[in-house]
Amino acid sequence: MPSYLFFRRLLRSPAAVCGMVIIALLMLVALFAPLLAPFDPNWQDAAARLQPPNSQHWLGTDSYGRDLLSRLIYGSRPALGLVLLVTVITLPTGLLIGILSGYYGGWVERVLMRFTDIVMSMPRLILAFAFVAMLGPGLVNGALALALTTWPAYARQARSEIQRLRHSDYLAAAEMSGIRGRRLLVGHILPLCLPSSIVRLALDLAGIILAAAGLGFLGLGARPPMAEWGAMIADGMQVIFDQWWIAAIPGAAILISSLAFNLLGDGLRDVLEPSND
Amino acid sequence: MTESRIVVSDLNIDYPGARVVDNLSFTLGNERLALVGESGSGKSMTARALMGLVRKPGKVSASQLNVLGHDLLAMKTRNWQQIRGNDIAMVLQDPRYALNPVKNVAQQVDEALSLHQKLSSSQRRERVREVINAVGLQDNVLPRYPAELSGGMGQRVMIAIALANNPKVLIADEPTSALDARLRNQILELLVEQCEQRQMAMLLISHDLPLVAEHCHRVLVMYQGQKVDEMPAASLPGATHPYTRTLWTCRPNAETYGTMLPTLDRTQNLKGESNGNR
Amino acid sequence: MSFITSTLHHLRRPLFTLVTGLFTLALTLMGLLIITFALSAFSPVDPVLQIVGDHASQATYDQVHQQLGLDKPLPLQFWHYLTQLAQGDLGTASATGQPVLHDLLSAFPATLELATLALIIGSVLGITFGVLCARFVGSPWDLAVRTFTLLGNSVPIFWLGLLMLAFFYAYLQWSAGPGRLDDIYQYTVESKTGFVLIDTWLSGDRGAFLNAINHLMLPMLLLAYYSLASITRLTRTACLSEMNKEYITLARAKGAGDMAILIRHVLPNIRGTLFTVIALSYTSMLEGAVLTETVFSWPGIGRYLTTALFAADTAAIMGGTLLIGVSFVIINNLTDILVRITDPRVR
Repeated sequence: MPSYLFFRRLLRSPAAVCGMVIIALLMLVALFAPLLAPFDPNWQDAAARLQPPNSQHWLGTDSYGRDLLSRLIYGSRPALGLVLLVTVITLPTGLLIGILSGYYGGWVERVLMRFTDIVMSMPRLILAFAFVAMLGPGLVNGALALALTTWPAYARQARSEIQRLRHSDYLAAAEMSGIRGRRLLVGHILPLCLPSSIVRLALDLAGIILAAAGLGFLGLGARPPMAEWGAMIADGMQVIFDQWWIAAIPGAAILISSLAFNLLGDGLRDVLEPSND
Repeated sequence: MTESRIVVSDLNIDYPGARVVDNLSFTLGNERLALVGESGSGKSMTARALMGLVRKPGKVSASQLNVLGHDLLAMKTRNWQQIRGNDIAMVLQDPRYALNPVKNVAQQVDEALSLHQKLSSSQRRERVREVINAVGLQDNVLPRYPAELSGGMGQRVMIAIALANNPKVLIADEPTSALDARLRNQILELLVEQCEQRQMAMLLISHDLPLVAEHCHRVLVMYQGQKVDEMPAASLPGATHPYTRTLWTCRPNAETYGTMLPTLDRTQNLKGESNGNR
Repeated sequence: MSFITSTLHHLRRPLFTLVTGLFTLALTLMGLLIITFALSAFSPVDPVLQIVGDHASQATYDQVHQQLGLDKPLPLQFWHYLTQLAQGDLGTASATGQPVLHDLLSAFPATLELATLALIIGSVLGITFGVLCARFVGSPWDLAVRTFTLLGNSVPIFWLGLLMLAFFYAYLQWSAGPGRLDDIYQYTVESKTGFVLIDTWLSGDRGAFLNAINHLMLPMLLLAYYSLASITRLTRTACLSEMNKEYITLARAKGAGDMAILIRHVLPNIRGTLFTVIALSYTSMLEGAVLTETVFSWPGIGRYLTTALFAADTAAIMGGTLLIGVSFVIINNLTDILVRITDPRVR
């Protein structure tokens, strides 16, 4: 589908538009965080601890006296960084393995698919947990662990799509024109698998944001005192019964981010894989 | 023709952007009527409209749409469920897709019975066996699943399902299009036989004019949603409408061997002309 | 065909499916073991230091190093690891001093109980809602349920748990607080099976039983919401795409009503998809437990893992990971086998 047609159709889906707007806002916030945040997110003001939202601190302060609004704004950075990292690892790996096994078939396919099945059966969060526990906390380790357990579904999907199209006239015509090998794979086969992979990615990212927040909550994400939404909730857990907003607000941010990707994914799916409702 | 089992007047079926059936009128008595046309002529849609199976965004409108005295335009869902499969039944094109893949033959025929008749389970079993045998199948086909049936057998099962409640009208939507040539005549003969036995009317939809002409009393030709010709089947060799002539003569046989097959000149206005009885 | 040959003939395919499925299962378990071994082998945490402490002499260090077999080549260490596992030896937890297996066996039932109950509620409600949404597609009900489930897919589960706890326990005082039982019952009820509902029922103390239910309410409903969210969506989608097929048109032509069609025709055909979705949800429950248990102080595997984490207790972490990993693999593969056996289309 030519791109202009694609975008026009996408814009007609209210879900996709909503999702895209929120994600764009998120990117802007992350990019311009230093300009937007009123305070340094790590600056502790002992005198201003545990303040409810007021005119100076719009969202109040946490138990260390740090401004919550600033921490919230800066917290968008690890969130988006993670999204980027996971995308960059998952998509190429999954597509590569899927395309290779679908195209070449035979023992290549059998070995790769068996490997994929094994990784697919692994518990994502628990392995991420073990990864980070063993190799040390940090954003990169967590993202790596999550990405390494997410690619199998993409490989599976790409492979089954290619199997369907392997013997299609479309590919046969291309091969007969002399296009083969890498050019065939990248120029002809890849564009066929890309749409459904992107839909899946958008929906997966929604879950990955939640998983990463979970890791941050358990203290396995970004190292303190870095502002990360999951870790902020853990901070707020200590004082949940009195200063409930310290935990509530970062969670709302996570909710909105995840929701945005879910909406975008739903909208993309309606455009790229229409079904009669 | 003592009573009209189906009365259709000025039927229109509209989809957003296209009028799929345009101003169609015909009647069906205790006879076999063939509805013939190419893909996109609106014949299948007409059949669906008669069963109330035209789904949104399609819209059905007509000045009269009557089946066995029921006014289809004013029908409520519950009434539809009463007459479908009971007074009026349908046979679809491809048994591979039209039969439920996870239920066996016995269950599917049984369902047709239990939806409309209050019979004990042994009575139902008896009736199922009766109707299966009537379409030429043995009892051993009953425990089989649709995937285990050949095309011809599957089609017979579909016919059995349709006949289970002794309907007064049978609509057959391209019942032989998915079968090979040898089976086609067999299935059509089966349908004709059942119609005669049960005094059942049939609306036979097809794209193959010579094939259905052998088995039907009357023929109605459709093109792009409109009726372009209507006549008794016997008059077909002498048809004058260009579209009908082409359909009638386009099938290759021993006489046409070596000659150019006729093609249709679609630039001329084929619609709006009609021949024969109205 | 005689009865025996007919039975054998019909069993042939399911048996074949079972055998290949078990083979895949074994292979996957092996892969899991390799990964867990690799993680602990390549971890920067020094297992010797964990045992001897920071102030041990070089001689003690060397002695323990040799005892643990760390001077042997890796493949040999892996073999050693496997044989130990076969004997049920998962090492000793440095935090509790108990064998890891013992700790896991006492913690797992708590998680299992929670996850299973949540799954039952989530799947029953999920399939029901999904079918109703497909039946009344486009209606306000459909929209409301879709919004509800969309939120369920987007909300961080531990955050929602925290808020629910703050609201229903601290503020409204409707539900019981963290933990499985109130303190008074904690020591009076004998832990026979590890499943608090069974144990309190067996103890005959009605108050304890009700208290257990009270404590289960919040975490169970929380996890149930989570599984409901994905099950409803997938059921609805599966129903809708199935309803476009020809055999549904024929069923309508027979005179079957919409609800009857969904229940008698659509559901049996999407049975495989539903099994897979439920299995997936079950595994999500186990993962979600890790986060929820921290919030509700639930003494299950999740909390065990997180405490082990902060105590840098590698043996415990690996043991817990292995247990959950094995459960995952078993659930996934068994479901796969089940789906393929029960599908008559594959005959």
